Amino acid sequence: MADQENNKKGQIWAFLITGIVILISLLYYKANIYYMYLVAYMWFGFAYGMMLQYGRFCFASASRDLFAAGVPRMAVGILVALIFFSLIQATLASTNMSTFHPAPFGIHTLISGMIFGVGMVLAGGCASGSLYKIGEGNGTSFLAAFFGLCIGQAVFVDVKWFNFLIPQKWVDSALAKGLPADKMTSSFDTYLAGYVWNQPTLQMSHTKAISDAFPGALKYFVGDSLLNALIPATVLLIVIYWVWIRKGFMKKRAKQKGGATGFGDELAGLWNMITASKRTTLMGVLIGIVAGLHIFVMKGLQIKFGVGNFGQLLTRMGHTGDVSIRGTVFDPGYWYITSQEGQLGAWILEKFGWNMRDNIFFGINNGLPEPWRNPALWMSLGIIFGAMAMARLNNEFKFKLPKGELIAWGLIGGLLMGWGSRPALGCNIGAFFIRVAGGDPSGWLYGIGMVGGAFIGVKFFNWWSERKMAKEMEAF
Amino acid sequence: MAMKFEKTGEGAYMLDVCGYVCPHPQIYCKKSLEKMNEGDVVEVILDNPSSVETITQMCEQVGHEVLDKKTEGGKIYMKIKKG
Repeated sequence: MADQENNKKGQIWAFLITGIVILISLLYYKANIYYMYLVAYMWFGFAYGMMLQYGRFCFASASRDLFAAGVPRMAVGILVALIFFSLIQATLASTNMSTFHPAPFGIHTLISGMIFGVGMVLAGGCASGSLYKIGEGNGTSFLAAFFGLCIGQAVFVDVKWFNFLIPQKWVDSALAKGLPADKMTSSFDTYLAGYVWNQPTLQMSHTKAISDAFPGALKYFVGDSLLNALIPATVLLIVIYWVWIRKGFMKKRAKQKGGATGFGDELAGLWNMITASKRTTLMGVLIGIVAGLHIFVMKGLQIKFGVGNFGQLLTRMGHTGDVSIRGTVFDPGYWYITSQEGQLGAWILEKFGWNMRDNIFFGINNGLPEPWRNPALWMSLGIIFGAMAMARLNNEFKFKLPKGELIAWGLIGGLLMGWGSRPALGCNIGAFFIRVAGGDPSGWLYGIGMVGGAFIGVKFFNWWSERKMAKEMEAF
Repeated sequence: MAMKFEKTGEGAYMLDVCGYVCPHPQIYCKKSLEKMNEGDVVEVILDNPSSVETITQMCEQVGHEVLDKKTEGGKIYMKIKKG
């Protein structure tokens, strides 16, 4: 009886949340048709949130649960999503409907991934994972997202604290770019203009070898999808099966069959691993497809409105204070987390008198729109709303205030995620998932760093929990 | 909020990780099972839904048996027999 009542309450809440998102959409539509661009981001965010929550989809748990509990559920889900997303990315690129662009390739990507990897394990969720967990009522995730991704990230790009790490040649190279002096004041600015921008970008389909061998649309399918995503993802699935699953599965299989096992059993084992958590794998497929559709819709809206960035629409509407000196705002055109949280952090800090526009990140590249006119921020809010609706539907919403050690882990982890996402210009989504599927090998570099960082984080938690268990067991 | 791991009887244990988020519940659950003998049963109490998914798969892989799983008042109760 109580369960039925809770189910009904959950359903009402889910309808209420969805109704609020519909109402917001209608208000924006009434204000100006250009805001449909922003509304599209919000609804894709809503869809991501629902899928992430239902599939318990979190990039942190992909490597963390492998190392901590030997469970490959999430790693499999992500690789499945990657496979589907890369195929759609290739289709969109071949029809000139992709918004993807590769990132500068260098060792900074690996280091950045590693810092982020430690952070996401400590915080208990990756960038998008933290957002969907806020939707479940998780206070630790809120701490990580607010103080780490929002405030921590904004401070990181605006301070001079890291000047001691900057070599003179970066300073010289940055100055040679001729950027306005009042927009290049922080350590991160010198790093960006003096180092990152000098690094090459690499997209498999655009390499000479691939474009010569596979002219036309085929280069996207072979170079970007097959070589950069499908083959590595399949190899990783086999490695995960071999290291974590095979022994136990084959033992069970041999017992069932009462004898020797063969190649067919190996394939069955691999399939069993992929389908072990149906909800995660199913959401992996859906997330891959929706992420592709998201690119298609954003590109379609850009064509419809005749723009390449939402900043142009803001300018047309007269909101010139929102945009950077290039007339742009942060508008990735696909699933992306972290930069928009940094913008929210900067917006808050500005209210306390901090000049946040005297740097490249906000002043030249991403602008600093009011939060209600920030397209990517609406995607993040959409994720929270979508996850909340799904959690309410499944009676899994619960306010959990962060207490004790979780406050420390949330804050430290959030800060490391914020700081770890900036040097590589993205997080687990923007720097790993999107890049790998788009044919940019630097995505794998970030992924390797992220897994390495997660390993360190898990080692630390193992040591920590072992200490606590020993204390608990003193009593018996 | 504090993690509790108690012996509640002969071969019976209770692990309370309510309030904890990932990855703590699954790590504590794994460590508790490592400390127990084969055939012992632990009741795990948690309120982090995504950990349940991981713990269930971990038990299946290693050969532990999930005897019971129920949700009451926002808390999830799992009874696991070490295999």
